Amino acid sequence: MSNYETREHDVLVVGAGGAGLRAAIEAASKGLRVALVCKSLLGKAHTVMAEGGIAAAMATVDSRDGWQTHFRDTMIGGKYLNNWRMAQLHAQEAPECVTELERWGAVFDRTHDGKILQRAFGGHTYKRLCHVGDRTGLELIRTLQDKGVHSGIDVYMECTISKLLKDEDRIAGAFGYFREDGRYILFRAKAVVLATGGVGKAFLVTSNSWEYTADGHALAYDAGADLIDMEFVQFHPTGMVAPTGVRGILVTEAVRGEGGILRNSLGERFMWKYLPEALKNDYAADEAEAKLWVEDTLSGKLRTDHRRPPELSTRDNVARAIYQEVKAGRGSPSGGVFLDISYQPADRVKKKLPSMYHQFKDLADVDITKVPMEVGPTMHYIMGGIRVDADTAESRVPGLFAAGECSGGMHGANRLGGNSLSDLIVFGRRAGRGAATYASNLGTLPRISDAEVNDAIDELEAPLKRSEGPNPYHVQKKMYEITGECFSIFREEGDLTKGLRLMEELKEEIKRVRGPGGKAYNPGWHLCRDLRNLAIAAEAIGRSALSRRESRGAHSRLDYTETDEKLGHENTSIFRGPDGSMHLEKTPLPEMPAELKEILKKKEVAHA
Amino acid sequence: MLEARMKVWRGDKNGGAFKEYKVPVETGMVVLDAMHYIQREIEPDLAVRWNCKAAKCGSCSAEVNGRPSLMCKTRMEGFAQQGQEIMVEPIQAFPIIKDLVTDVSWNYEVNKRIQPFTPKPDADWIIYQEDIERVQEFRKCIECFLCQDVCHVIRDSNRKDAFIGPRFMVRVASLEMHPLDTGDRLKFLKERGGAGYCNITKCCTEVCPEDIHITDNAIIPLKERIVDEYYDPIARFFKHVFVKK
Repeated sequence: MSNYETREHDVLVVGAGGAGLRAAIEAASKGLRVALVCKSLLGKAHTVMAEGGIAAAMATVDSRDGWQTHFRDTMIGGKYLNNWRMAQLHAQEAPECVTELERWGAVFDRTHDGKILQRAFGGHTYKRLCHVGDRTGLELIRTLQDKGVHSGIDVYMECTISKLLKDEDRIAGAFGYFREDGRYILFRAKAVVLATGGVGKAFLVTSNSWEYTADGHALAYDAGADLIDMEFVQFHPTGMVAPTGVRGILVTEAVRGEGGILRNSLGERFMWKYLPEALKNDYAADEAEAKLWVEDTLSGKLRTDHRRPPELSTRDNVARAIYQEVKAGRGSPSGGVFLDISYQPADRVKKKLPSMYHQFKDLADVDITKVPMEVGPTMHYIMGGIRVDADTAESRVPGLFAAGECSGGMHGANRLGGNSLSDLIVFGRRAGRGAATYASNLGTLPRISDAEVNDAIDELEAPLKRSEGPNPYHVQKKMYEITGECFSIFREEGDLTKGLRLMEELKEEIKRVRGPGGKAYNPGWHLCRDLRNLAIAAEAIGRSALSRRESRGAHSRLDYTETDEKLGHENTSIFRGPDGSMHLEKTPLPEMPAELKEILKKKEVAHA
Repeated sequence: MLEARMKVWRGDKNGGAFKEYKVPVETGMVVLDAMHYIQREIEPDLAVRWNCKAAKCGSCSAEVNGRPSLMCKTRMEGFAQQGQEIMVEPIQAFPIIKDLVTDVSWNYEVNKRIQPFTPKPDADWIIYQEDIERVQEFRKCIECFLCQDVCHVIRDSNRKDAFIGPRFMVRVASLEMHPLDTGDRLKFLKERGGAGYCNITKCCTEVCPEDIHITDNAIIPLKERIVDEYYDPIARFFKHVFVKK
């Protein structure tokens, strides 16, 4: 049997993006021995790609803002399916978490009077996104990274966790391998925090990096946790569509926040047609009013009394609008629509959107200060994830915690832009604290059986030992076809059923994949394991989507186009049954307290 | 369809060689796409480090036809149209792990030695945009380590023991020039940091994918501060008399 090394810690954090780093820092601050494991080098996690900003009701730009309005916007954006307690804690704690980042060295863009500057974003009533140009995620991760390396955390880089281990029903550690040379490592820990991000690599056109292989979702599912809201997959309305090599790469919503205009091939500013009737009054009535809003923004006015342009509708809505325009034959030459910021002064565009300017110039030979961009929807985020307790971030498996994109509940049926970075720091901190408290109360390290470790090794080695079997990259391509055709932006029963049937065949194929070569830095071998995780996520998405017979937020059914009031009171929950197959049940939403219901009812929220 | 002739270095710390691959070229394709094509269709165990594929994470550094580059930003068409061979090899300043992947852990050790951000305890945190423009330039760094790769002290002389390299000169500059920071890293820079080793050839600035003016805006001002602090008697006198520590 192969050798492995063993490390002991109080808290093991899996994933070193914003949530994982923040959790590790928090747990270490309680004096515990903390391990932070990441699949990449430290500081490269997907968080670096977040561009637009961190949503927090700091009210530095618009004094009318406050946590109640942020809470309300988040619930409206999530179509009321959010865990109300998470949305409340998030809105209340985001400002102090941003302040904390600043104290640790983050250098945000400033207002004229020297405070943190905030910008407008889709679905947010007031200017609320703290930002650094369009590279806010990098600022967040670098700040946490530099704080983290001086916090006494043990960092294990380029290390993949393949299995969580339990002692009876509680968490006891995790098993994994180092990418560098394939050597194995057993982590014994009292508590584990999953902060592994999303599932983007189940889709072909995605803004997500290779790391997004549903690891946390699958690890938790295998360990007995349940996944909620998996039908809600966010397609970001604006990804690059051309040239083909860059298809899917994100074009930040900040382009629209700074006044970017969407037009179809007829030159029509189409977003007005797609505004939901109930929210029409929140947006500018016509081009003239939208223009005044942009002029106020350009002049650096802190507060504008004009309503925002229709392009700043929520992401689900803008993505569907673009999809429908293209489908109706009004798309751009490469199958997207036009996003125009070139009417603004070139210097300003370069200052406020520097990485967009470079991205288009370098990758597409397009100068966005001169001509419009071509954009279209790209898979961006999954709202669904591990069900956790709002206050402690603990899953239903004792000792297993989760934060960030791999957790579920916070964003309901659709996430607002800017709410993910704030989610990371608010619930990263809470998960770190929750795990630390749990670990401190647990006397000794739980036991791990040799048999379980041996199983974990066998599972990893199987694809290496096969003399024949399908190429994992080709199997992944088949998965792309299934998710793209059957589980994508618009869904219907026939497609979903077909997709699930094809997934059954694909799962069998995944059991036979072969990763030729040795154990040293072998991406083909790594993908063999990742595919298994992605298949769990894809199946969960398909099953959940099939079970929700309505359209709500990011989940659009062609056969059930209306939102069904009755279905707004239940989550879809996915878990592994005793027979090893995927089970689904509907669970009621927790009852919201009266004072929060009041906030949702009011049109204007008064802040103390 | 246009086809590129690629030579990719394959091997490990015990040695290796360039191996030839033929890769079809699509519009807008970058070198990283070609590496993915090889993994997908020819050799799944080709080791490449990458993450975002959008020039934001700094993982996919390599040398393409001798030029230190991010593979995700290096377009294929130019080379392919001219019938030019495309040579891809790992960055040279760091030990090889496998194929295009190198061991850059030394950089993470250096970072730990730098005194962290140390703000004034009684700061009001009112900071004006004009006072942080320079620091924001430094904080654009994506840690691709291409500047470390071309630094003569690190690459040619392999004096990692003596000089922290351009990346960490930039890091120190971002802290030293933060309007609210009270730390003092000049002694560290002069002694363990080895700022004196840099002879300002600006190679680092040339390869920076984020266009950070490493030499002019970070290294030279830091060198000047060291001179003022340690070698200029008049400046020292005034500093000690008039500046409250």
